[in-house]
Amino acid sequence: MVDTKVVLNNIVLDNPIIPASGTFGYGAEFTELYDLNILGSISFKGTTLNERFGNKTPRIAECESGMLNSVGLQNPGLKAVCEHELPNLAQIYKKPVIANISGFSLEEYVECARAMDKKENVGIIEVNVSCPNIHGGGMSFGVLPEAAAEVTKAVKAVTTKPVYIKLSPNVKDIAAIASACEEAGADGLSLINTILAMRIDLKTRKPILANKMGGMSGAAIFPIALRMVYQVYESVKIPIIGMGGISSAEDVVEMMLAGATAVQVGAANLKNPFACKEIIEDLPRVMEKYKISSLCDIIGGAH
Amino acid sequence: MKKSIFTIENNERLTNDVYRIMLSGDTSAISAAGQFVNIELDGLYLRRPISVCDLEGTMLTLIYKVVGRGTEKMSLLTKGKKLDLLTGLGNGYDTSKSGDNPVIIGGGVGVPPLYMLAKKLISAGKKPKAILGFNTKSEIFLEDEFSALGIDVYVASADGSYGIKGYVTDALRECGAYDYTFSCGPEPMLKAVYNAAETDGQYSFEERMGCGFGACMGCTCETKYGFKRICKDGPVLERGEIIW
Repeated sequence: MVDTKVVLNNIVLDNPIIPASGTFGYGAEFTELYDLNILGSISFKGTTLNERFGNKTPRIAECESGMLNSVGLQNPGLKAVCEHELPNLAQIYKKPVIANISGFSLEEYVECARAMDKKENVGIIEVNVSCPNIHGGGMSFGVLPEAAAEVTKAVKAVTTKPVYIKLSPNVKDIAAIASACEEAGADGLSLINTILAMRIDLKTRKPILANKMGGMSGAAIFPIALRMVYQVYESVKIPIIGMGGISSAEDVVEMMLAGATAVQVGAANLKNPFACKEIIEDLPRVMEKYKISSLCDIIGGAH
Repeated sequence: MKKSIFTIENNERLTNDVYRIMLSGDTSAISAAGQFVNIELDGLYLRRPISVCDLEGTMLTLIYKVVGRGTEKMSLLTKGKKLDLLTGLGNGYDTSKSGDNPVIIGGGVGVPPLYMLAKKLISAGKKPKAILGFNTKSEIFLEDEFSALGIDVYVASADGSYGIKGYVTDALRECGAYDYTFSCGPEPMLKAVYNAAETDGQYSFEERMGCGFGACMGCTCETKYGFKRICKDGPVLERGEIIW
């Protein structure tokens, strides 16, 4: 018997597999396919203070082994999430979830964090400072170490739950931003968010996405995500949730060797709605193959 | 929604760039005309959504036009090949809202899902008539299949090379009385039908999709009743909720 348990702060996860925010909604579409309670946790769709439609369509483009999106944080807003989506999620998923929050101002982050702090089924607050789709908004908090530290401090001040900062790869030095968040009191880090990218339609000769640019995800970005997790692991002591193109149990092990304590699976859910289930079921086989008795033992093992 | 493996039974060219593929497998998740399946293709990251044209037991018929890399790959698939499909996606048409004499209006590659709709309407005891619009005579498909259902079929060609010269809206003026409208086709056509139609109705929309089952919010549109995901809350919208 292999041990797939991992620990994020004081929260024990049955396994390190967590569907990534924005690729799993609030679980409703997946619960008709399999029992979500096999998942380590769930990071639900990013929440902003007010309801957002997001960007114009087309919001989706494809690339080799990956995809681009410019959804733009479509969500029903904090009140609807707290009153409807979270109680519904609690019905289908009995373990602590990860509340992903976004904002356009410090106050907005604080208000979202304060509301999520009161929610019993929220185990971790994941602060998105990295969405590349918001003009003059979310991006700025994640690009400068000082701004990332500022939002970390502000959110930490209003919650006793662990606070994870979700970092953008679209920066000069991700390790410096990670360190700034750690110094400001972050309990952990999630990385990476999508990579700013573009596709052009040869027929129209214009960008495919109405927003012109979008975030790239999927298997193609896995080596970049792995490299960044590896770098960040060397500069911080707090746990890392690694993500970016994870598509198999082998990828999970590789990401943990780079330094992740848990992982999030994103675009793979959109291609195959059973992706998380299949990875969880395959994990013991891969652990046995590589002689891993406990996943906890391999975190950062590549260093 | 179900995810299952289908086997290709036939894949044939109907016109220059339109193909009919027949697949056998578990069709039990498909409940309404106007729903679609999402097909995984070798070498492509995202699945390709294609509307259901017909369903007979375990045999699924899709008609698709080659418009890009995905449909081009599909056109090269041969009998016996297995495909991974998500089935039962989208809301589909609600035939219970129709009167006894609906008109179904399709344009180009928007025609296929209306074939299953016509069969559903007939089996519900209604008397539909069909208007099919194409650019030119060589692009026409499914006319014989619609006629074989024993309903009145009006074909319009934009260049006048076959049937009524003009658009589906020209045919709509000539087809006599109707009490409900079902439509599928390119958005300019849907809008023209919306403006010309004298009745309530349902319109099926297209959008670039990520997942096809409501998870990614990649295909959302605004309606009078709030944000709707074309893949999950659509692709069929009621006349009264559409914002152009």
